[in-house]
Amino acid sequence: MSTEPEALLRLIRHGQEQPCRPHPRHLLDRSQWAALVEALAASPEVALLGLWAEPAMVHAALVIGTEIRLVSCAAPEGRYQGLSPVRPAAAWFERMIRDLWGLVAEDGIDQRPWLDHGRWPATGPLALRPGPAPLSVPQPVFLPVEGEGVHQIPVGPVHAGVIEPGHFRFHVQGETVVRLEVRLGYVHKGQIGLMLGRPPRAAARFAARLSGDSTVAHSWAFAQAVEAATGAEVPPRALALRALMAELERLHNHLNDWGFACNDAAFAWPHARAGALREALLRAAAAAFGHRLMMDRVVPGGVTDDLRPGGAAAIEAALEAVAAELPRLASVYEGHASLADRVVGTGTVAPALAARFAAGGVVGRASGRDFDARRWPGYAPYGALTVPVLAEGDVDARLRLRLAEIGESIRLARGFLEGLPEGPLAAPLPQRGGEGLGLVEGFRGECLHWVALDDGGLLRAAFPRDPSWLHWPLLEAAIEGNIVADFPLINKSINGSYSGVDL
Amino acid sequence: MRGWRDMLWPQLARGLFSRPLTDPAPAVPEVVAEALAVRLEEAARVRLGRSLAIRHVDAGSCNGCELEIHAAGNVVHDLERFGLRFVASPRHADVLLVTGPLTRNMREALERTAACMPEPCWVVAVGDCAADGGVFKGSPAVEGGIGTALPVDLLIPGCPPTPRQLLEGLLALLEAQAEPKPKPD
Ligand code: SF4
Repeated sequence: MSTEPEALLRLIRHGQEQPCRPHPRHLLDRSQWAALVEALAASPEVALLGLWAEPAMVHAALVIGTEIRLVSCAAPEGRYQGLSPVRPAAAWFERMIRDLWGLVAEDGIDQRPWLDHGRWPATGPLALRPGPAPLSVPQPVFLPVEGEGVHQIPVGPVHAGVIEPGHFRFHVQGETVVRLEVRLGYVHKGQIGLMLGRPPRAAARFAARLSGDSTVAHSWAFAQAVEAATGAEVPPRALALRALMAELERLHNHLNDWGFACNDAAFAWPHARAGALREALLRAAAAAFGHRLMMDRVVPGGVTDDLRPGGAAAIEAALEAVAAELPRLASVYEGHASLADRVVGTGTVAPALAARFAAGGVVGRASGRDFDARRWPGYAPYGALTVPVLAEGDVDARLRLRLAEIGESIRLARGFLEGLPEGPLAAPLPQRGGEGLGLVEGFRGECLHWVALDDGGLLRAAFPRDPSWLHWPLLEAAIEGNIVADFPLINKSINGSYSGVDL
Repeated sequence: MRGWRDMLWPQLARGLFSRPLTDPAPAVPEVVAEALAVRLEEAARVRLGRSLAIRHVDAGSCNGCELEIHAAGNVVHDLERFGLRFVASPRHADVLLVTGPLTRNMREALERTAACMPEPCWVVAVGDCAADGGVFKGSPAVEGGIGTALPVDLLIPGCPPTPRQLLEGLLALLEAQAEPKPKPD
């Protein structure tokens, strides 16, 4: 029997409430945590947004009904009850927690290392007492596949194209993929360790570089978390400029992904046109904000830069160019049977699976999961917006949604530009302790940042969760039963960030 | 029936009178090209000729640098028109184009890729991270720049460098390989 959201919330409220804003965090003891795990098993609709740790403590973010709640449990002796038996998406988080903080998930369904390849100077680098480095680099272990004629294809970490590094282990039977396992961690840079102990403005530079293609969204989510923690009031002009930048970022990435995916299906023209339009957007961003990707423009408290002279006109012109060509791009996409042949029915993510993994962004919405952080929980300056949703869950659905979202982003960006309020660009950040959560919809899905500041206003703990955490496992599922040759197409249609999850 | 001329003419005319999408080529700073030429032996110059095959390796980038490398290949910057193109294997490459602060987890993969490259070859470090670790300098998880593993011939700074800066750098390599211009008497 499913636990009602109210019952689950009551269960969580038994834990001591911690002052996290805007969503409370409850500290559960071991038996309360165990009761929560049990309740999660009975409530598949409760979404796990993330699982992370700090020394001797684990935290999880959940969506329960219409509430977002953080729950924590102490991990004395370095152990805690894992969530992966009831939420398979937790497995990668648990492996990451073990590698970074040295905390072990009891009953965790997968105990293999994840980010730690045995090449760091210490194990558990974020633990109170990191361990010594291993004497030799261990061979990675992959899940076994048995059956007649099954063989393996190892790919990466260095790939044929200009993309991020990761290892893909295919088990194939003839041309058909029986299982894909993704092994990441190659671009682990020690992001969290670098953020800790710094003032928020300095730590923001790392949030901006968690995943360069989502630099605005991550910077904003981080800023939101810090502002929630400190109670800073962001001026309206800064909010509008942030949203303008965020929509430009969504636009250039959607164009990029859509064009590249068409290219992977041997359609070069959409790729060429999308590339030209994207270039126009990046140049407009550079003219308006002084940086093509708008990196480091969103900071805790506000934004660093106002629109430069001529910037608004440049953005309007670029938006107009994209808007003018959008119908043609769509009709070319629709009108070619050979393209449809490659994308329709390819790389399907079943809606039940997308829901189970709480997949955000286009990946979730192409499989019927109607979630967009701009609409819910929502944040200023966004008002009403149209968020298209499909249920097919294939490459086609993901590409269609990208095109469909372009139209809405143009409308939003124009609105922010026209209604730009006057006033200051940033508010001073109160220098004090606190804890906050930020949630901002990037082009991949919701970027989640959690921060805890000490009394001096420095980062005591932090976790940046890229939406790709909940997408990568779905890539493994989407490829099953497809042919190896369709992998690039399926991978591109999902487009997980490597840097974003490697931390 | 319309003859082929009727069909071709409008197209040719459009091509002749409309503005091309592609940007004009950036100028190469002479000092850079000269400094690079010094690093190249005469024999290597002949071998490499006027084109370069590039193998890219991400050694820990945030992926911002990759976005701009992609953009350098779009129709507006079109790096292929200069004889620059990306190849799938290091065994076919003249240039190893590396981004990122060089994570410990990527060092071996980078070194193995470099070992596959035929001589002569260039190593180009792209971005502030590749220069010395950039913002990630000091993290125990990174080595702190490509130079800690490979001899770097050319550094293209920026976070990320713009496509134009990337083109300038790569064109400087081509320039360095060019026949030395006859000196005016
Ligand atoms: S130089 Fe900047 S853009 Fe390039 S990888 Fe490093 S942080 Fe990212």
